[in-house]
Amino acid sequence: MAAVNLLETKNLTKQFGGLTAVNGVSFELPAGQVRALIGPNGAGKSTLVGLLCGRIEATAGDVFFEGHKVTHIPAHKRIGMGMAYTFQITSIFGKLSLHENVALAARPHHKGGAGDLDQAVFGALGDVGLQDRAEELASDLSYGHQRLLEIAMGIVQKPKLLILDEPTQGLADVEVEQFNALIKRLSETSTILLIEHNMNVVMETADFITVLNFGEVLAEGTPQEVRANKLVQDAYLGAG
Amino acid sequence: MRAGENRVWLLHIAVVLVILALHFVLPPYHHGILARVMVLAILAMGYNFAFGYTGLLSLGHALFFGAGMYAMGLGITGLGLSPGIAVLFAIVCSVLVSAIIGSLALRTAGVSLMIVTLMFAQAGWYLILYFGEITRGDEGFVIPQAQRLVAGIDLADSNNRYLIALILFAIVLFTTLKLVRSSFGKALVAIRENEERAKMLGYNVFAYKLGAIIVSGTISGLAGAAYGLLFGYVGATFASVQYSILPLLWVLLGGASTILGPFVGTLFMTYLIDISSEFTEAYLLVAGVILVLLTLFARQGIVGEVKKRFAPWLP
Repeated sequence: MAAVNLLETKNLTKQFGGLTAVNGVSFELPAGQVRALIGPNGAGKSTLVGLLCGRIEATAGDVFFEGHKVTHIPAHKRIGMGMAYTFQITSIFGKLSLHENVALAARPHHKGGAGDLDQAVFGALGDVGLQDRAEELASDLSYGHQRLLEIAMGIVQKPKLLILDEPTQGLADVEVEQFNALIKRLSETSTILLIEHNMNVVMETADFITVLNFGEVLAEGTPQEVRANKLVQDAYLGAG
Repeated sequence: MRAGENRVWLLHIAVVLVILALHFVLPPYHHGILARVMVLAILAMGYNFAFGYTGLLSLGHALFFGAGMYAMGLGITGLGLSPGIAVLFAIVCSVLVSAIIGSLALRTAGVSLMIVTLMFAQAGWYLILYFGEITRGDEGFVIPQAQRLVAGIDLADSNNRYLIALILFAIVLFTTLKLVRSSFGKALVAIRENEERAKMLGYNVFAYKLGAIIVSGTISGLAGAAYGLLFGYVGATFASVQYSILPLLWVLLGGASTILGPFVGTLFMTYLIDISSEFTEAYLLVAGVILVLLTLFARQGIVGEVKKRFAPWLP
């Protein structure tokens, strides 16, 4: 039987010295959903996704991907299993062309020939509207366009789970609208976990929202439920 | 895209053909120097594969150079191998040594990697001195001319030596060219540029780096074996720290992470010392000043500057 939940955590905990950044988080992400992970600054969102994709080693608890326990599997293998992760702080290969950036993301997942690879690369660049700039150096792009390149590097992996860490930070309004449309298109083939500060993006794209506060799950529900939740309102207002 | 591909191959084939043509016209003195430069350039190309393309700064490549040289030399004089088999034996030994050193040293990175590789190389050098009864220590040993015949070709003959050096140089040149343009080579560049990102794209960074060290160490070991065989002498000097620093200098001068840079750097520095020593006894001072000027005004190295200013397509 196929696992219903693509991703699941049980009592996932991460301590940095005396600080508990993520505290006993049990979280389920069904396949096909667009899930937003929100919370005030310092709520542990980035640490949580770091634990999910293996950038950070858990102190306690477990992570399951497609029903397999992956808690101690190194990051590169989790990526190989079908997770893709885009960085909060833009992390691209500045001295390489856009094409090579995306090709590097595609190659570990790609079985076909060079022609297929090219097609996949231009497809992903096209998805974010950068196909005409394929031969430019990534460092020559504006910040917003570098964010889009990050997203293209995630898309080209054709992941089962796409983790986007604050993807719209620094994007112009028009680009945010394009991004929303892109997420809707991608959600037809991938499950998406979105860390996002921009509430318009969250309300527009997410099927379901998990709210973190002080490393714990504060609330979960549909966008309407979360918006109406008193605890969430307090946490956001309280923390500024 | 296709045309650029051809241009790259044509350029490198042309370089090899020019060196072949020089075989027929160079006076004996320069003919001898160029043969030596080609073999040392193999060491530099090996070094460049780890340092230039993968960003692994090693100060221990003398260990690989020495390992190949001693495996070849002791293979002939101690085990009675024929020269061809001895070189194969040296290659196998170099693979093993670089795999072992790599898997230990790559637990560190940056400055620690420099220190750890330097320590391993020093330990290797001391081992050669310690087992002086077998290795003949500092004094080294000569490989007699009678044992330097490969399929009837006398490697002590300067013409044969030049041509064999050229063949090996060309093999390594085209192999590294092929490798850096493969998906393996591109992954190494990605790791050099942004290791964390490469890991999060699904690359097993440790395995790739280890692969790079093995390729680099094996090419360096081949250079050592070829040097010992072609010039008929095996000695501990070649495993000393000097032969870890020299390839670094050659690569920096010629252009790190360019295919032709290691050869150009080796050639340049060899002639720099050769010419300046004709005029003054303080030739190292002259060489030093020119090196400083180059690092100030041509930070990418000679081929690196050409690549940056005129030919960004250079691999």
